[in-house]
Amino acid sequence: MEATVAHLKKGQRGIITDVSSIYIPLKLLEMGCLPGNFVELVQVAYFSDPMYLNINGTHLAIRKETASHILIDIL
Amino acid sequence: MSKQINVALIGNPNTGKTSVFNALTGLNQKVGNYPGITVEKKEGICKLSRGVKAHIIDLPGTYSLNASSLDENVVIELLLNKNDKDFPDVAVVVSDVENLKRNLLLFTQIKDLEIPSILVINMADRMRYKGISLDIPYLEKQLNTKIALVSTRKNYGIDELKELISNYRELSTVPCMNASEIDKDYFDGLRKAFPDQLLYKLWLVITQDVNFGKTDRNEIEAVADFKTKSRADLKRLQQKETIKRYQFINETLKKGQIIDLSTAKDLRIKLDLILTHKVWGYVIFFFILLTIFQAIYDWSSVPMDFIDSTFASLSEWTKNALPAGTFTNLLAEGIIPGLGGIVIFIPQIAFLFLFISILEETGYMSRVVFLMDRGMRRFGLSGKSVVPLISGTACAIPAIMATRNIESWKERLITILVTPFTTCSARLPVYLIIISLVIPDKRFFGLGYQAMTLMLLYLIGFGAALGSAMILNKILKIRSKTFFVVEMPNYKLPLLKNVALTVIEKTKAFVFGAGKIILAISIILWFLASYGPGDEFNKAEEIVTTEFANQNLSEDEIEQHVASQKLEHSFLGITGHAIEPAIRPLGYDWKIGIALVSSFAAREVFVGTLATIYSVGSDDEETIKNRMAGEVNPILGGPLFNFASGISLLLFYAFAMQCMSTLAIVQRETNSWKWPILQLVIMSAFAYIIALIAFQVLK
Repeated sequence: MEATVAHLKKGQRGIITDVSSIYIPLKLLEMGCLPGNFVELVQVAYFSDPMYLNINGTHLAIRKETASHILIDIL
Repeated sequence: MSKQINVALIGNPNTGKTSVFNALTGLNQKVGNYPGITVEKKEGICKLSRGVKAHIIDLPGTYSLNASSLDENVVIELLLNKNDKDFPDVAVVVSDVENLKRNLLLFTQIKDLEIPSILVINMADRMRYKGISLDIPYLEKQLNTKIALVSTRKNYGIDELKELISNYRELSTVPCMNASEIDKDYFDGLRKAFPDQLLYKLWLVITQDVNFGKTDRNEIEAVADFKTKSRADLKRLQQKETIKRYQFINETLKKGQIIDLSTAKDLRIKLDLILTHKVWGYVIFFFILLTIFQAIYDWSSVPMDFIDSTFASLSEWTKNALPAGTFTNLLAEGIIPGLGGIVIFIPQIAFLFLFISILEETGYMSRVVFLMDRGMRRFGLSGKSVVPLISGTACAIPAIMATRNIESWKERLITILVTPFTTCSARLPVYLIIISLVIPDKRFFGLGYQAMTLMLLYLIGFGAALGSAMILNKILKIRSKTFFVVEMPNYKLPLLKNVALTVIEKTKAFVFGAGKIILAISIILWFLASYGPGDEFNKAEEIVTTEFANQNLSEDEIEQHVASQKLEHSFLGITGHAIEPAIRPLGYDWKIGIALVSSFAAREVFVGTLATIYSVGSDDEETIKNRMAGEVNPILGGPLFNFASGISLLLFYAFAMQCMSTLAIVQRETNSWKWPILQLVIMSAFAYIIALIAFQVLK
């Protein structure tokens, strides 16, 4: 099974490999959630949801369900 | 007369766009609505050199030209419509020096529309702190534009920006990249079909989900036939376009921007490890709320007492200074007390808006969204529902408009429906006067009982909102996608100017909006209270004189009896008596009944109404509060406003839907009469039942 952003642990980083555009809102792509960019899990709420991420320098929060559609290579 | 230059300010959210707007226009700004929709339209005038003026529009913040909400749609509508009177001669794209990469996405799109554009790199004072250095001439060349490095905080760059706006004719309109490469065949076909149209404009029209208004749509209506690609295909193309743009931006910034991470400091992460912590985050949030409510209560008591006594003396003075007559009575007994009833709440409303705007300006509000999302989802809401619920403590109208950034329709609809439960500033006057009457002014470990009661009422409001959200979540069968994206901007010290402008503008809107209704209702009420049918009203003097003939009353006492006889048999008194049976089980008399009925138009009318009712026929210099304290319950004896009836009234106002403007806005935002009518009926019935139970248990 491939790793996704939902698998990241606090403080861990990864490189985005693919995003399935059906599940990911365009807005998130425009904010920098694109293949090749890095992603870091900054902070988690309880039950790790939502997730506070640093994607390519933009700090944002998304729900775990959305995060599970962003494929990454964990660094 | 020289022509005004039309300027549109465009930018991502959290780039300090509004600060730039405030710096350019100062107090020369006005806030209105775009015709037909409830999106706020901010515009202002800026004086440039040589007597030239610029008309500046502050457009809603957006991450791109792909609109996903009504607010964002405003930006595109304007930029696509050359015939609009506000169509910009020049677009000023505001970016944040720390997020240049992301901000440039929107900039490259605007360049593709061939509108002369200036790039403002805002918050330039933070460059050193963040280890950023920029090669401005290189960036200007690559992006085909002029750049202004601006810091509204340190107050520089604005004059340079004004100079660039004055010389907008020298700006290049050549796009900085070619987006049509993402699908050559498709775009070639498009170009052949519409040789006169701008290719990128066609592309935007094709890909937008939202309906266009009156844009010069007719001339490009035919593109509808060109929607040959499926939604999924179009989205894939939009993704390709976004990647393409980022490639260009990355190339440009590789040479134009150097970030030395070794000198960069990041306060945001350090703060967020505490402020968004699983435990400490919530504890801190709770204490911030507690402090706010304590402050609203404590800080505003002095100016409020002052306003209260000033209006009482003004009313007294009017009576003595003007010749006696109907007009003087109307002024002294109807209009002045009615206005006093609204002016007195300016201090509290201003403090409330002050705190809300500070929370937003600092960036803390986004953290609250993050903290609350998981919990709110349990109630069928989104973390973003917290912003409307908190803004609802100021006014439900902007709060309901603030639901527009909630991505899921179901979560948004539930938020709209439950927001009116939160304690808006119009309830504050009612709460404050009743609390001061029935809750003792004592302290417990430094916290006043009165302030704690107020906080409790706010919590009840939130509780009712959440509880009903949970029920709605179960009942409503709406399927919708649940996206949730929220940006966590850098923490910033709030700019005094921005906060002050927000407070002034919002307070003004509240006072004038509510003031009009209150003035009208005060006048109507005064007439209804001053005239009545039949002998019982018109021969009040004779009746009273006969009744008390052998009791040796002083002239003053007789006058009082005459006044109350008159009020009781006036049109207003008759109406009040008619509804009294329905509200007596709640602990209210007919006077409160009148206030209840009139406050279905707007809650804050309650206090003004009581002021009018109680001051009719009185010429003592007495404040509303003292008169209310002196009222006696006609059936049970004892003070009318005691603990039981007071709590019952507080709870009635906590739950009842008494605001016509809110109903109107719900109708507009949901585009249906069903929801506002349900809101009105269910909330008011619930309020009645709860108030009934409260009085019957406590009496």
